[in-house]
Amino acid sequence: MSDLLVAQNVFFGLIAVVMLVSAVRCVTTRNVVHAALWLVLVFAGSAALFILLGSEFVAVTQVLVYIGAIIVLFLFGVMLTRASMGDDASVASEKRAMAALVAVLLAAVMGLALFDSFSDTRLVIDEPQRFGVVSDAIFSQYIVAFEAVSVLLLAALIGAIVIARKD
Amino acid sequence: MTAVLEIAPFAILADLAYWQVTSIRAIAGLAAVLLVAGTLVYVHLFKLVSFMQSRLGPMEAGPYGSLQLLAETGKFLQKEDIIPRRADRFVFCTAPFVVLVSTFLLVVVLPAGPDAWFISNDLGIYLAMAVSSVSVIGILMAGWGSASKYSLIGGLRATGQLIAYELPLLLAVVGVVIQAETMNLQSIVLTQAEGEIFGWSGIGNPFILTQFLGFAIFMIALQAELTQTPFDMPVAESELVTGYMTEYSGLRFLLFFIGEFATAGVFSAIAAVLFLGGWYIPGLDAGSELFNVIGPLVLVGKVVLLSLLIFWFRFTFPRFREDQLQKLAWKYLIPLSLANIFVTAVLKVLW
Amino acid sequence: MSEFLRTYLTVGIFGLLGAGFVGALLGVSRILRPSRPTLDKTENYESGVDPVGNMWSQANIRYYVFALLFVLFDVEAVFIFPWAARLETYGLFGLVEMSIFIFILLLGLFYAWRKGMLRWI
Repeated sequence: MSDLLVAQNVFFGLIAVVMLVSAVRCVTTRNVVHAALWLVLVFAGSAALFILLGSEFVAVTQVLVYIGAIIVLFLFGVMLTRASMGDDASVASEKRAMAALVAVLLAAVMGLALFDSFSDTRLVIDEPQRFGVVSDAIFSQYIVAFEAVSVLLLAALIGAIVIARKD
Repeated sequence: MTAVLEIAPFAILADLAYWQVTSIRAIAGLAAVLLVAGTLVYVHLFKLVSFMQSRLGPMEAGPYGSLQLLAETGKFLQKEDIIPRRADRFVFCTAPFVVLVSTFLLVVVLPAGPDAWFISNDLGIYLAMAVSSVSVIGILMAGWGSASKYSLIGGLRATGQLIAYELPLLLAVVGVVIQAETMNLQSIVLTQAEGEIFGWSGIGNPFILTQFLGFAIFMIALQAELTQTPFDMPVAESELVTGYMTEYSGLRFLLFFIGEFATAGVFSAIAAVLFLGGWYIPGLDAGSELFNVIGPLVLVGKVVLLSLLIFWFRFTFPRFREDQLQKLAWKYLIPLSLANIFVTAVLKVLW
Repeated sequence: MSEFLRTYLTVGIFGLLGAGFVGALLGVSRILRPSRPTLDKTENYESGVDPVGNMWSQANIRYYVFALLFVLFDVEAVFIFPWAARLETYGLFGLVEMSIFIFILLLGLFYAWRKGMLRWI
């Protein structure tokens, strides 16, 4: 038990460092494509964290949807607008202070909310969560949310098509 | 017809520590990727195409030119590595890593015998599809990082193609998952081995029979995923030189090449597992220890057979146009595979 | 749990193996290969003439729409895989729910189709 816990903590530390560095590089780099690529590392790190928490289905989904699809969407979006080589001076805008303020506030609010609701909850993970558990929850408890997702996706697609069609 | 999933560690491996088992698996995985890719290149790319074009192909290096590939590798190792000075060096150099790592992660789900597997995972095929989608980023990195117009257009085309055909690839698998009631590739093999066709269990129930549409969609989508002719617009050499690989020279070019053929091998193996019964051949008991030895060979045999299909297409058909490519994926393959899922699900539920 | 984590440790090791293989090949090649970059050699390839203008060309908006369609159906695949593996349990109810889900997503595909977004050119 303790050996496993030590190993889990070591891996958590490693992954956390990688994620932190990539996240900071993601927002400080002056090249938009580089930012998207640093984001890949952040997503990969969070997938690894999900593995450490024993929820493989969420981890694999993270890889499939976020790394395999969302990043591609980001990169296409970047290539569509501005993806020149080298640093782009206009990326570092003068609104930095404001952005930092918003980021700190957001982090504070979210952290506080999480701390407030879960600070006395102890998460005991003895068993990995099989995909069946997630799936059963989706198809019983969250069935309405599941159907709502399809409508949300449809709306996003129609929005994109309307914007893409200028004629 | 649910397979009884009883996966015990390999009798010999059972006593070994994790790191020892993993070392053996790592060596086996390396062999599985490289030897199979090498075999495919020699048998299909060197010899099959030569015979199709009424020539002999490589004959000098080794018996019947079988060592030609080593000679080629030696040549590529010595070639100068030219990185364009305008290129984004880091992105340019990392791209081959991303593509190859994605291939190596793909091989991990494959079972090659009742006890000869790399990992036994409930998510099996889903995990494989997820890691295979990572290679898209490698290709986009190569296309953008080269800072060349050909590369960028090739990279964008390749990405557009890969994402368009990843969907039929994903959805074609779902029919098999519905029938087998599991995503674990080992269990899928066992389900096929222990299945029966209308009460006759002579050859088990390879899913190619009941999921033929799924198999056909899978192979077509695979052809496009591997950017093989007739789907080779991203590397169309007459318009785009070699697409996203244009600026890559020497070894780095070879790495993309290895990635392409290794992926062809691994995906053929996945198709063999899903539709042809994997390491199982009829006539023997699926639990037999013998399969730990002949299973890998059977699987390689099926891989060669399936990749023969891929290369046969490659050398027979002319290239599609870019618009036909997207049309085929979105207007035919995806609706067809959804219909396949629907019919399979209805039959499963009502039967 | 430790069995589970080891499974994914194996996955990670295979990833490192891939990276190590590429690194080893490049290392061997570094010893063997010459390196004499000249100004002409490191120029971008543009059919043999000097490259013109910016290296970057704007991507077609269509790629973005395709990528969005891809995300749409990728999310569908996320739900459809566990559903397929456990269809026996969900029975007719699961079938109907998934049919509604897919139908709504197909509306998106048909909308894109009707608006001509699936046509290249």
